[in-house]
Amino acid sequence: MSDTALATAATAAELEPVGEDSPRGAAVLRELLRKPRFVLSALAILVIALMAAFPRLFTATDPTVCDLKLSKGAPSAAHWFGYDIQGCDYYANVIYGARPSVLVSVSVCVVGFAVACVLGMLAGYFPGFVDSLVSRTADVLFALPGLVAMIVILQAFSSRSVWTIAFVIVLLGWPAGMRLMRSTVLSVRTREYVLASRALGAGAQHILRVHILPNSVAPLLAMTTLTVGAAVGTEAALTFLGIGLQPPTISWGLQIAIAASYRDDVHLFLFPALLLTITVMAFMITGDTVRDALDPKLKR
Amino acid sequence: MNRPMAAEPLLDVRDLSVEFDTRAGRLRAVDFVSWTLHRGRTLVILGESGSGKSVSTQAITGILDSPPGHVTGGQALFDGMDLLTLTERARRGVVGSRISLVFQDALSALNPVHTVGRQIAELYRVHRGTSRSDAMKRAAEMLDRVGIPGARGRVHDYPHQFSGGMRQRVMIAMALALGPEVLIADEPTTALDVTVQAQILELLAEIQADTDMGVVLITHDLAVAAEIADDLVVMYAGRVVESGATADVLGDPQHPYTQGLLQSVPSAERRGQDLPAIPGTPPDLMRLPSGCPFRPRCPHAHDRCVTERPALQPAPGELRFGACHLLDQPLSPEGAAR
Amino acid sequence: MLRFALRRLLIMIPIAVIVTFLVYAMVFALPGDPIRALSGQKPLAESVIAAKRAYYHLNDPLFVQYLHFMGNLLKGDLGQTFDGQDIGEQLALRWPVTLQLGLTALAIQLVLGLVSGVYAGWRRDGLVDRALLGATLGVLAVPGLVAMFFAQSFFAVELSWFPVSGATDGWPGSYLLPATVLGVLGFAGLARVTRTSIAEVASADFVRTARAKGLAPNRILWGHVLRNAMLPVITYIGLDLAGILGGAIITEGIYNLNGIGQFMFRSIAMKEGGVVVTLSTVLLLGYMLVNLVVDLLYGLLDPRVRHV
Repeated sequence: MSDTALATAATAAELEPVGEDSPRGAAVLRELLRKPRFVLSALAILVIALMAAFPRLFTATDPTVCDLKLSKGAPSAAHWFGYDIQGCDYYANVIYGARPSVLVSVSVCVVGFAVACVLGMLAGYFPGFVDSLVSRTADVLFALPGLVAMIVILQAFSSRSVWTIAFVIVLLGWPAGMRLMRSTVLSVRTREYVLASRALGAGAQHILRVHILPNSVAPLLAMTTLTVGAAVGTEAALTFLGIGLQPPTISWGLQIAIAASYRDDVHLFLFPALLLTITVMAFMITGDTVRDALDPKLKR
Repeated sequence: MNRPMAAEPLLDVRDLSVEFDTRAGRLRAVDFVSWTLHRGRTLVILGESGSGKSVSTQAITGILDSPPGHVTGGQALFDGMDLLTLTERARRGVVGSRISLVFQDALSALNPVHTVGRQIAELYRVHRGTSRSDAMKRAAEMLDRVGIPGARGRVHDYPHQFSGGMRQRVMIAMALALGPEVLIADEPTTALDVTVQAQILELLAEIQADTDMGVVLITHDLAVAAEIADDLVVMYAGRVVESGATADVLGDPQHPYTQGLLQSVPSAERRGQDLPAIPGTPPDLMRLPSGCPFRPRCPHAHDRCVTERPALQPAPGELRFGACHLLDQPLSPEGAAR
Repeated sequence: MLRFALRRLLIMIPIAVIVTFLVYAMVFALPGDPIRALSGQKPLAESVIAAKRAYYHLNDPLFVQYLHFMGNLLKGDLGQTFDGQDIGEQLALRWPVTLQLGLTALAIQLVLGLVSGVYAGWRRDGLVDRALLGATLGVLAVPGLVAMFFAQSFFAVELSWFPVSGATDGWPGSYLLPATVLGVLGFAGLARVTRTSIAEVASADFVRTARAKGLAPNRILWGHVLRNAMLPVITYIGLDLAGILGGAIITEGIYNLNGIGQFMFRSIAMKEGGVVVTLSTVLLLGYMLVNLVVDLLYGLLDPRVRHV
């Protein structure tokens, strides 16, 4: 492809009023920062992310140092959250429990977005074999009830980590995002600036990167932010069912599962459930506000 | 062409104004628009998209999306009633039966999940209380009347099973079902092929000849207007810039915009010459220029056009109106009046 | 319509075959001894292992094994758990529990979701609409697991309004609380989809036509908007049955309702992979069948789909 063609294609891209389809990053951020809902939930996410990355910032206690004599001890001034059944400090345990939730949500978000984005672009831009392959695969996966399918797949793993769970959630979750991306790409690929670029001899890779991607990514981005919270909840549910994370991993899902058998000791359930709820809620509200900002057309 | 001057007007629209709430503020989509429709005549409202021609008829019939649209002034007199001040319920008794509408895109204007028969029959059932089977029978008669072959069987078909032209006939059958006195057709042929377009216009003319109803036809197509209009209203940027009998308006256009439109029609006489187009684009209603809205595109614009908006005033000829400062002066060739 | 139904069925069959085969292959084709994998850490007698190998035809090629497995499944022979319970008999005992739970939850979800969604969408940006958006965001933000435990602790244990666990009170007593939690959790998504769909259809051209026909608002809503707006909603409900199914598995575990979900829950705890696979296969097939019905319902409502 000649330089002129590239330059012309680039001009065509500039001519396209990106601002009309998807507001630019800085503007979006400014709009978001004006909303207290967004600021609060983003702050909550920040705190939980810190908790996951540097639990020692929040507690000096080692969550694995336990004393069975203190088993199920109630909350006190020194030990705010009390003790778990093994007599470990529950506050430290709950703090350390943030990590799996955050890892699952972040990896599902990033990997899921990337997979849906790439496959959606390919399916939308290359009709015929590629589209059929991707779309039919998605159809099959879409025809599955999520939790049952996850149980089946996880059943095949003898030991399961955060990554196994993230993998399964992405594996069964990408079709929704792919379909959204595909339909956006389908509408973008027939726009004048894409046709012009193609007529000028631009290659598929160039067109996809320069024209298609920037103009069709917003809806998927908005959708992805909304699924993060759901991923956290799914991890907890799987773990509760006994097919998710396993001890000695420290996670909220595991803590809730154990608390299920000790219903008289409310604190065992209360604290991980509270943190889990705050996390999911923070992700949901952030996602909701980001979606509104990114895609005014989707505004409900 | 005989003109029933003295006759009572069928539908008399006076100083209609409609505003829209937008993100950027309020804009005036229809600004003091007036026109009069007579029995048995066809009035064509001609204008580009955004000139307010559809909005004005939607406002009269109460189907304007509100919000964001608001009627802010004017009257629409029909049979002694002002349609704009009627109660919802009273207006529903008029719209659909005595005044009916045909829309541009029949595919999206018909309900996709009901048979066309049911959609026509609904009118008889709601307005006349006809029984279900009788209503269906009359729906079939209507389909037959608008020239749909095999009408009796086709009442059970869905809109998507008809071709574009046939669908528009269904739309017309629906509008004519209750024998309206006024038919408002909003770009009824724009989405159709040229040959089908001619058939539909012919159908409308035939029916009008049979029934003596008044037809308001909205179009952006000067050729369509020239063909079927008895009276012509030319709109620009939400305002009427010129109105009168078609022969007068097209034969001796008073407003520079109408002149521009006429000049941009290809003709055999000017073969080989460049087609003069009106320079520039229609204005953004949020940012209307001061004075006359057509000023930036007008070859005759002068100082007065910047400061003062020309009002719609009587123009030479019978029942003719125009909105231009140069109306009282003979227009010289291109730009000479500057 | 018959052609449409047949076509949907023909599309579904290969998907069902692929899915059930994948499920089967995933567990039985893994490296290592599948019997060991299926039985977890428990030591097994040689005779039991031999019987299991014979039952699963593990000495045949994978595809033949699968055919045997599916053949038995369709004949109603689902095999046994390690402690000798017949899976088929268990299912026969348990499916009414799951069905009662699921249907009650679905009914609650449909009534709440459709009524609020239709109202909010029809009066868009009204008070109900704004309240609904806030409420649904709140519901979506609470993890199902937490909601179920909380409801049990609060309404059953603290307030004693409902039995804490078990299905001994029968319907509705034992089912009301878990089904309400499931239904309310599902209502949020349904209400939002319904609202958006109604609002979208309300601004469609044919609704303007209906107004131009002089129809009253109520007639426009019931006669013209609703049926069109229900099309995406029906698709959503079909997909959302997965949510109810997944929720039922968790709920039955928490509330100790002896349905299929609890069976699944127990089998996972006992590390009985074979039972999990069998149950999953049954649930997958059942879910697909229900979605086929949903598809047909869609065709019934939308002539455009039917006539393609």
